[in-house]
Amino acid sequence: MDTLILGLPVAYYIAMVAKVLVAFVFVLLTVAYATYAERKIIGHMQVRLGPMRTGWHGLLQPIADGVKLFFKEEIIPDQASKFAFLLAPLVALIPAFISFAVIPFGGTIEVFGYKVPLQIAAYYDQAGAQVFDINVGVLYILAMASLGVYGVVLAGWSSNSKYSLLGGLRSAAQMISYELSAGLAIIAVFMLSGSLSLHQIVAAQADGAWYVFKQPIAFVIFFICSLAEINRTPFDLPEAETELVSGFITEYSSMKYAMFFMAEYANMVTVCAVTTTLFLGGWHGPAFLPGWFWFVAKVYFLIFVCMWIRATYPRYRYDQLMHLGWKVFLPITLLNIVGTGIWIAVTQF
Amino acid sequence: MIMPLLKGLQITFSHMFKKPVTLQYPTERPAIKPNFRGLHVLNVSHDRAKCVACYLCPTVCPAKCITVEAGEDAKHDKFAAKYEIDMLRCIFCGYCVEACPVDAIRMSETFELANYTRGDFTFTKERLLEKK
Repeated sequence: MDTLILGLPVAYYIAMVAKVLVAFVFVLLTVAYATYAERKIIGHMQVRLGPMRTGWHGLLQPIADGVKLFFKEEIIPDQASKFAFLLAPLVALIPAFISFAVIPFGGTIEVFGYKVPLQIAAYYDQAGAQVFDINVGVLYILAMASLGVYGVVLAGWSSNSKYSLLGGLRSAAQMISYELSAGLAIIAVFMLSGSLSLHQIVAAQADGAWYVFKQPIAFVIFFICSLAEINRTPFDLPEAETELVSGFITEYSSMKYAMFFMAEYANMVTVCAVTTTLFLGGWHGPAFLPGWFWFVAKVYFLIFVCMWIRATYPRYRYDQLMHLGWKVFLPITLLNIVGTGIWIAVTQF
Repeated sequence: MIMPLLKGLQITFSHMFKKPVTLQYPTERPAIKPNFRGLHVLNVSHDRAKCVACYLCPTVCPAKCITVEAGEDAKHDKFAAKYEIDMLRCIFCGYCVEACPVDAIRMSETFELANYTRGDFTFTKERLLEKK
């Protein structure tokens, strides 16, 4: 207890590691059970039951799926570019998880008299009594989000299959047209918060002053663009199973397929967490429950909305997608930035 | 443009609270209607099949799945020495039931007719006889 490393007790470091582990395991479990929740929710929205057999009301289904995929045969196409083929699932999966490093999922908790902020890449400065985190957190998230698309493009390109290639190309085109609008939508938030640090953005939204109320247009467009960026319905063109067999994952099997699957759901969780942080006040909520509870509740609500959207809308056609990205969202976000600028100028000067 | 999108969301949301139509099949059984045409049954009367081997059913059968061979019993009455239905060919039209002049054949509520070998789909007289 008395051993100090860089002026902090060992217990503090244990608390930091525990924080990382708990967050990671929690995200992994959420990812696993998001697949179950999706099947259940969409099932009930289509007046079906969804999985019912594996465990009580199918609760063990994600575990059964995982075990099944683990024991499946590993198939690598003869003509595939092997290195890229093996690399692609990792490139897709890892950015989805490491985005979580900068997302604040709670306030500060006290461990042995030391305050620990519930945000992985952050520390509490005891002398200055404030939390420091990555000061370009949003930039980091945007970077990771676009890195994830490389996994998809690589998978499509290395598989040596026309369906995979088409899926990969679609993903690349989709990313360019939507990331732009998503980025421009967040600019309006920066203009209000004056910071790229996620901790500061959340702090600016305390007491219910959520940016979703100040920036509803930015919120809607960011959320839709995020759906497009993580290839979820109605923008799931890269894996459009009715046209492209399974798109970029056509040639994948076994755990590599499972990794793409996990990446898809991890991306959904990440995007919902980012949206919560940027627009829904992060972990702020009525004080009778802890901050992390409100954060999880908001994220789960957004995940539900993703699934709800998936159950409702058919896939967009490729030209409609491009039209929406370049001709609708881009001008609206630009106008939104101008409008926000005028509003700030009028109210603050 | 936005209202129809919202309407769609509202419809899917409301459907979530409907009772699912799914039937949990092996544990939950479907309610079979009275005139359901399932596996054939040869009716029994006074401990013997009512069939008199008149050949009307193989004649009317559009799938030609019924094989009947007549025999003669001790009282010189005609009876079906062989009565076989090939369930792989049967189309469950029920014409055999309609054609029968002595009400010797009917159709039951049995619909689970899966089997492991081809031969098992040939239902002999013994398998078709009404179980009492």
